Amino acid sequence: MSEPSIRVRELGKRYRIGAQVNTYRTLRDAIPGGLSRLVRGFAGRADRDARRASRFIWAIRDVGFDLEAGKTLGIIGRNGSGKSTLLKLLSRITRPTEGWAEVRGRVGSLLEVGTGFHVELTGRENIYLAGAILGMTRAEISRRFDEIVAFSEVGRFLDTQVKHYSSGMYVRLGFAVAAHLETEILIVDEVLAVGDAGFQRKCLGKMKDAAETGRTVLFVSHNMAFVRQLCARALVLHEGRLVHEGNAGECIDVYLNLNRGGGARIIDHGRQLDPSVVLNAIRVNRGDSDVVHLAGPDAALVIEAEGTLGRPAKVAIEVRLTDIEGIPLAIASPGHYDSGPALLGAGPFRVRVEVRLPRMTKGEYMLSLAITDAGRAKYWEFPAALRLSTEGAPTVTGGVMEYRQGAGAFVLDSKGTPSQ
Amino acid sequence: MLITSHRRWYGLGLAELWACRELLGFLVWRDVKVRYKQTLLGVGWVVLQPLVATVVFSLLLGRVAKLPSAGFSYPVFVLAGLLPWQLFSSGITRGGPSLVTAASVITRVYFPRLLIPVAAVLSGVVDLLVAAIVLGCVMAWYHVVPGPQIWALPLALGYAIFAAAAVATWLSALNVYYRDVQQALPFLAQVLLFVSPVAYSADVVPVGTFRLVYTLNPVTGVVQFFRWCILGIDPGWPMVLRSAAVCAVLFVSGVALFHWVEDTFADVM
Repeated sequence: MSEPSIRVRELGKRYRIGAQVNTYRTLRDAIPGGLSRLVRGFAGRADRDARRASRFIWAIRDVGFDLEAGKTLGIIGRNGSGKSTLLKLLSRITRPTEGWAEVRGRVGSLLEVGTGFHVELTGRENIYLAGAILGMTRAEISRRFDEIVAFSEVGRFLDTQVKHYSSGMYVRLGFAVAAHLETEILIVDEVLAVGDAGFQRKCLGKMKDAAETGRTVLFVSHNMAFVRQLCARALVLHEGRLVHEGNAGECIDVYLNLNRGGGARIIDHGRQLDPSVVLNAIRVNRGDSDVVHLAGPDAALVIEAEGTLGRPAKVAIEVRLTDIEGIPLAIASPGHYDSGPALLGAGPFRVRVEVRLPRMTKGEYMLSLAITDAGRAKYWEFPAALRLSTEGAPTVTGGVMEYRQGAGAFVLDSKGTPSQ
Repeated sequence: MLITSHRRWYGLGLAELWACRELLGFLVWRDVKVRYKQTLLGVGWVVLQPLVATVVFSLLLGRVAKLPSAGFSYPVFVLAGLLPWQLFSSGITRGGPSLVTAASVITRVYFPRLLIPVAAVLSGVVDLLVAAIVLGCVMAWYHVVPGPQIWALPLALGYAIFAAAAVATWLSALNVYYRDVQQALPFLAQVLLFVSPVAYSADVVPVGTFRLVYTLNPVTGVVQFFRWCILGIDPGWPMVLRSAAVCAVLFVSGVALFHWVEDTFADVM
C-alpha cells in the first residue's frame, strides 16, 4: 500500500450563522435557527448556551478518511451535506474549526469553471491569468497552451475578449485551463455538470486521463453514472457527517437510500440562477414532497410553480427524466418544439405544466426540473430533485415489466399481424 | 502540508510569497491591462492627472498663495512630489478594496492572499514610470539638471512601494471585515495629501511637537526622499528616518495581521 496522499482526521468546520451568506444552503439552514432563537427569546427562557450554539452550524464534523496516492475518490451527498465545505478545507480556501488534514503534493482545485477569468481580457490572456491563479507556472502554461486551446474549441476567438463569448465557450475555456493543471492532487467540484453532453463526455475523459496518469483525484458529483465510471471508492456525506465509506457502488446505494426516505421539499433542492425570479412554491402532482409515486400505467405529471418576477419574462418548466443513476431518458422542454409561452409582466406569476408520460415500466427514476425562459436560460434548477417510483402495468400473465430487469423505462405500443 | 485549526501566530509567510512571484507578475499585468481598457484616453490618463494637478497647484499655491518651493520653479517642485504621492494614494485606494473585489477568486482557489493588495500597489508603478517622463520634460523645460543623488531613485521607488504596501495591507485586511474602510478611503487619501509635503515644502511646518507628529505620517519620508533624489533638496534626514520607521512598523504589523487572518477571509465574503 502506498503512502496516503491525503489524510483527514476529525475534520470539522463551523460557520457562524449570518456571517456566511454565500451558499444558499447555509443561509436557509440559518433561518430555522433564527426563528427558534426568536421564539425562545419571547418565551423568556433565554438559555444562553443554547442560544450560543444556535448561532453556529457545523457544515461538516468528525470527517476522517485516507486517500492513497494515485487513487480517485468520489464524494457524494445531497445539497448542503458538506461536500463543498470539505473540498474548500482541503484546498486551503478556509481553515477548519477542528481536526486536521495532511495533504502531500501540490493541490489544484477546480471548484468553479472560469475561476480567475477577467471578462475584459481576451481568451489568450485569460488562459495565462487563470492558469497562474490556479497554480501553474508560466512555463507550464506555455507548454500546454496549444493543448488547452484545442481542448476548449475556441481557437478562432482566442483574441476576442471573453465578455463576448457565449456561455458555452466561456465554460469550455474555463474547464480547458483547469483540466491541464499538472498538480499531483486534483480537487473537482461538480464542474462536469456544465456544457453540453458532448463536452461533458470530453471532460469526463480528461478526468479519467488524470486518474490514470497517477494523480490523486477528489471528485464531487450528483451524477452517479459519472461517479461510478470515474471512482473506485467513494464516501457519502449526510448533514455534515461521513455516513459511509467504501467502493463506489456501495456508496451510491447508500446515497440513494438516503434519498429514498425523501422528506425534503422539492424547493429545498433548488438553485436560484437568476436573482430577478423569486420562487415561492413548486409542486408536482399537488404535493411539494420530493417523492412522487405513480400508480397507474398511464400517468401524467402536473407541475405548478408560483413566484414573483422582477422583470417581464417568459416562464416555462423543463422536466428531465433520468434513471436512478442519472442516465438521461427523456426531456420535456417547452419552447423548443412550439412557440413557447407568452411574455409575462413583472409581478406575481403562476405556471402550470402538464407532462404526459408514455407507459412506464416498474422502477425508480429521478426527475430534474428547471424554471426556464422557454429557451436556453434557466432561472432556477432542481437537479435530480425528485424521486419517481412507478408501479408499472400488470402484464396479461399478471407479472410486471421492470426497469432493473432490463425492460428499460418505457413500454411501447406494438401490434403484430401474423400470417401464413 | 498540514491543514489544521490552529491560527498561525508567528511568521509573515514571506517565503510562500516569494514562491508565488510569477503569479504576482500576472496579477499586476492584469490590473494594468484592465485599467485602461474601454477608456478613450487610455494611458493618456497617466500623463493628464499629474499635469492637471501640477497646473492647479502651481496657479493656486505657487502664484496666489506664493508658497516657498526651495528655490525651484513651483511646477518642478510640486511634480517631483506628486509622483511618489500618486503611487502611494493609488496604491491605498486600489489596494484597500482589492480583497473584496477579488472575493470570487478568494472563495474558490488558494494562493497567498497578500499578493492581491501588493499587486494593486505595484500596478501603480507603471503609471509612475510614465509620469516620470512628464517630469523629465518639465525639468528640461525649466533647465533643471539632477545631481548625482539621482542614482538613489530606484531606492526611492522601493521606499514608496514599501510605504504604500504597508498601508494597503492594513486597509485591505480591515476592509474584509469592515467595509467602512472602503467608504473612508477617498477621504483618507484627501486628508493625507494635506498633511504631506506634496504641494508645499516641509520647511513651512513649525519645528516642535507639531512637526514631530507631522513626520509620523508614512508618506512624509517618501515624498522628501524622492524630492532629494530628483532635485537635491535637503529632505531633513531625521524626519525621513522617523517616517520610515513608522512605515516599517506598519509593514511588519500589517503583514503579520494579514497572515493571521487571511484564512478566514473566505468565510466572511
